[in-house]
Amino acid sequence: MDKKQAAVSLRNVTKTFGKVTANSKVNLDIYKGEILALLGENGSGKTTLMNMLSGIYFPDEGQIFINGREEVIRSPRDAYSLGIGMVHQHFKLVDVLTAAENIVLGMEGALNLKAASARIREICDRYGFEVDPGRKIYDMSVSEKQTVEIVKVLYRGADILILDEPTAVLTPQETEKLFNVLRNMRDDGKAIVIITHKMHEVESLSDRVAVLRRGEYVGDMLTADTTAQEMTDMMVGHSVTLNIERPDPVNPKPRIEVKNLTVRNAEGIIKLEDVSFTANSGEILGIAGISGCGQKELLEAIAGLQPAETGSISYIDDNGERDELLGKDPLKIAGMGVTLSFVPEDRLGMGLVGNMDLTDNMMLRSFRRGRTVFTDRKAPKHLAENVVKDLEVVTPSVATPVRRLSGGNVQKVLVGREIASAPTVLLTAYAVRGLDINSSYTIYDLINQQKKAGVAVVFVGEDLDVLLEISDRILVLCGGRVSGVVDGRTTDKNTVGMMMTRVGGGKLSE
Amino acid sequence: MIDLVAFIPRAVGQGIPLLYGSTGEIITQKSGNLNLGIPGVMYVGAISGVIGSFFYEQSIKNGGTENGFLMIAIPLLCSLLGSFLMGLLYSFLTVTLRANQNVTGLAMTTFGVGFGNFFGGSLIKISGLDVPSIALSKTSTYFSKSFVGTDAGWFGKIFLSYGFLAYAAIIIAIASALIIKRTRVGLHLRAVGESPTTADAAGINVTRYKYVATCAGCMIAGLGGLYYVMDYACGVWSNDAFGDRGWLAIALVIFTIWRPDMSIFASILFGGLYILYLYIPTGMDHMEYKEIYKMIPYIVTLVVLVITSMRNKRENQPPASLGLSYFREER
Amino acid sequence: MNNNEKVKEPLFHIVKRDAIPVGKAWGIRVIAIVAALLVCALVTTVLTKDNPLSIYATIFKGAFGSARKTWVTFQDLSILLIISLALTPAFKMKFWNIGGEGQVLIGGLASAACMILLADKMSNAGIIVCMIVSSIAAGAIWGLVPAFFKAKWNTNETLATLMMNYIATQLVAFYTVRWEVPKGSGKIGIINQSTSLGWLPQIGNKYLLSIIVAVIVTAGMYIYLNYSKHGYEIAVVGESENTARYVGMKVKKVIIRTMLLSGGLCGLAGLLLVGGINHTITTTIAGGQGFTAVMVSWLAKFNPITMIFTSFLIVFLGRGAGEISTRFGLNHSFSDILTGIILFFIIGCEFFIYYKINFRKSKKEESK
Repeated sequence: MDKKQAAVSLRNVTKTFGKVTANSKVNLDIYKGEILALLGENGSGKTTLMNMLSGIYFPDEGQIFINGREEVIRSPRDAYSLGIGMVHQHFKLVDVLTAAENIVLGMEGALNLKAASARIREICDRYGFEVDPGRKIYDMSVSEKQTVEIVKVLYRGADILILDEPTAVLTPQETEKLFNVLRNMRDDGKAIVIITHKMHEVESLSDRVAVLRRGEYVGDMLTADTTAQEMTDMMVGHSVTLNIERPDPVNPKPRIEVKNLTVRNAEGIIKLEDVSFTANSGEILGIAGISGCGQKELLEAIAGLQPAETGSISYIDDNGERDELLGKDPLKIAGMGVTLSFVPEDRLGMGLVGNMDLTDNMMLRSFRRGRTVFTDRKAPKHLAENVVKDLEVVTPSVATPVRRLSGGNVQKVLVGREIASAPTVLLTAYAVRGLDINSSYTIYDLINQQKKAGVAVVFVGEDLDVLLEISDRILVLCGGRVSGVVDGRTTDKNTVGMMMTRVGGGKLSE
Repeated sequence: MIDLVAFIPRAVGQGIPLLYGSTGEIITQKSGNLNLGIPGVMYVGAISGVIGSFFYEQSIKNGGTENGFLMIAIPLLCSLLGSFLMGLLYSFLTVTLRANQNVTGLAMTTFGVGFGNFFGGSLIKISGLDVPSIALSKTSTYFSKSFVGTDAGWFGKIFLSYGFLAYAAIIIAIASALIIKRTRVGLHLRAVGESPTTADAAGINVTRYKYVATCAGCMIAGLGGLYYVMDYACGVWSNDAFGDRGWLAIALVIFTIWRPDMSIFASILFGGLYILYLYIPTGMDHMEYKEIYKMIPYIVTLVVLVITSMRNKRENQPPASLGLSYFREER
Repeated sequence: MNNNEKVKEPLFHIVKRDAIPVGKAWGIRVIAIVAALLVCALVTTVLTKDNPLSIYATIFKGAFGSARKTWVTFQDLSILLIISLALTPAFKMKFWNIGGEGQVLIGGLASAACMILLADKMSNAGIIVCMIVSSIAAGAIWGLVPAFFKAKWNTNETLATLMMNYIATQLVAFYTVRWEVPKGSGKIGIINQSTSLGWLPQIGNKYLLSIIVAVIVTAGMYIYLNYSKHGYEIAVVGESENTARYVGMKVKKVIIRTMLLSGGLCGLAGLLLVGGINHTITTTIAGGQGFTAVMVSWLAKFNPITMIFTSFLIVFLGRGAGEISTRFGLNHSFSDILTGIILFFIIGCEFFIYYKINFRKSKKEESK
């Protein structure tokens, strides 16, 4: 341990975005010849911290030492020249160029792709990659693209390598391959940081674990000396009591029945695999999971926006009659008399039109009403005024474009519109993301009112404390599969946390 | 039967302005700028050269001595300067001020064509000189001087009978193709047009690439106008004679799927199609079919455009960020 | 921080404006137009050696110098306005229809075909009905083709509509030769000169019909875009296809329907040009207005009422510059130069409406 040299030392590094503190006085050492797993919940500041090393952000305060010398990193270029390379979650590659062309992009000197290809092969042989330098990016699978990103970093001579959730897009086999490569690189003396949520990966790969929570550094320990339970506890911290109201469900009856649902996204990657569950009326079904585990696809499939490979989604009305929702678009679903409301994650890109005013946004759901070719703005305007009054939306007027409202007010407008149609099913995705405390409680209240009115609510959330307090039952997703369904009243945060990181939680082994 | 030995040189003569225009536009589009102002730029390139040469020829008439080098250099530099300024204007508006590229391009075409026709029609009046028309025959002899005379054999007629700007066009097209495909500058240019965000993250100066590519593209396109008036039209300027060749050059960009080397053949092919009607015997009763033949290049281009979008093969698509302005803070 | 001083920050920083009061935005545009007019006067002065004030007087005289000139100005304004309005729904949908030229031409060709081919087969009223139907249909088809490709395969509509222009031009050239009068003249001449069959009826004088149609189209388009369900769908699709799908709109259907309308209205402009104004057809009858209309519509921010002013500005300037050319014996393309200058200024000034430039305070000042 004491033989190890620190490749990177962060001292009191702080970064704020407006009023939000992403990182607060973080101290962290990264050693050569070691794989460090950086752990933390969504929004705990892991990526921000690493972006300061890779030159995307500039710290507000604090010092960065590279190999013992204090350095200033202003741009990705500076980072490269210091030997730091980062593989981002969203790849920065030009699709129509080959692997080799992407790898040498932005470098200086004469272009010699043959020599570059030779060096790429050399790097690949050394660490056990497989990359065809002449292959175009658009022909590649996600894992191959990721390999290109890693080679790109190594090609520039990086010996400090940061990977941001590299396994999120990989199959288990690809993950194992990547891990072998990373182990080879560690043995070669490189310093490696891997950001992840997945406990079993931390256990199988890393030498040391560092944990961030709400932007602060909690601590680090050797992987060998710790357990998954301990790491989870450090990550989630002590439960916070939020005192969100949770009325008992009244007469819950199955409303939405999802059976064996499998969904592939546009790139052909499986996002949901054999998912089955039931959402009941008068009940809030929370959905927990690491971001990107299929939550978006699940809600969009129910809402008629996402085609599925196999499976079925049945809507069961009050008389017990079943209708299939899968394969129908939102208009057809509405035509069946199913009032389904959906508060999507992308509020201004999907749920609302940013450049339109409140009235016109209220009209999105109702503009088809009436037999004339003209729209009726009276009812939407009335609705907009009511939403502004009832939900205390802060806006100059109902004629203000919604993009000019603050995040909380935008969400109130969206939720207000969606519940105005007296739905029987309400789907919400990250309903309180980015909202202040007061707005959050307004949204919780609105959702609870819907529950009391007998609506089947599906609540996708990221904050476990909130999920545990608002949900009657919680469905936990892990990598597109159902990890389990637990009772929101009796379960605890750590159990859910474990289930999020591996299917079935701690009890089952892989 | 078409007399190929007579036909090919004329097709090449028609094709060269298109080749200049399309090579210039390909370079511009590779940087992500859809410059619909190319037709205007080609007019400006032509008239700038005409203005320069007009005053030089006048000074010779008034007792100056004829200098062969200046005969070529003056119109050439004037033409390059004129089209460079157009490129600079377009870049300033679309890159620095992030204006809509379609609107800016169309405004440039309106302005450029008007500029060409205005000075072409009013140069004599403005300069107050007493000449009947703009006929730069002296300059033209320099521009159209070829390797062989009229008595050349078929080989000479097909390959050696053109002025230097024709050969320059082919050299520029090949050089552009090589630069785009094989050099680092070309690689960076392609990256800028495909994904300015990625290029920016890789440390490439997106703004500089867009400016340089657009200005260089305009200068090359402008030479097409100069070739047309000095060589093809024998130094005689007549308004609107250049016609819609600028738009045809833009069509060629799609037709050649953004490859200047392909454009050499495609331009000559289009040039041939442009004058094919003169060689296809339609009889005196059916002159109208000639107009249908003139339609062929546009239909073919439309078909190519549709087929490439149908097949959705990535190499054959327009640069991904074509027509969009780049603003770093908007991701 | 010690190391912060090493960071070189650029002198200024461009940020997107949140929103700018409407009044201020128009203030910026007015300043740009005034600046452009000054530059125009300067250019004209240099070329004509006339004094700038009398140049403005000449421009005004060119547009409104006599009753006839005034009527012609308003007639030109009407045609340009109709074409601009026709393109507007497509632009609002972010579909770059620069094929107005071809859609106008093909509409005109359809009218001319009815006038020529049906002359001895139908009553005048019958011919006119056929002209109206066929010209609108022809324009609509010309709009449909690129829209179909766009909806089906996402074919680049800017380039596709551009090609459609030239196909239309050549079709007109083909029929010009086929129907030429007299043989070998290369032009059709006035169609049905003796019988006036298929000539659109004159209302009051020969200019008023186009003006009335323009007024109707303007009002209609304003209502369509702002108060109809279709107009609302167009706006949503243009702003965000994702949102459109989220509320169950059929994006492809909206694209095709809107381009049918856009092309159809251009066809109507062709009908007016051929049946109402010129009574003949040539390949240049649209006179580049399909392209000018793109700029007119964009300058007006796709608002039909504002478009009256932007098209007026272009027409006024064009006719004024024409007067200057005539008076000083200059080429008539002079108007294109002045139009270009005005356009460059207005295009450039939009930047100051959407962005703002923050000059960085120097480090020293900041630390004080």
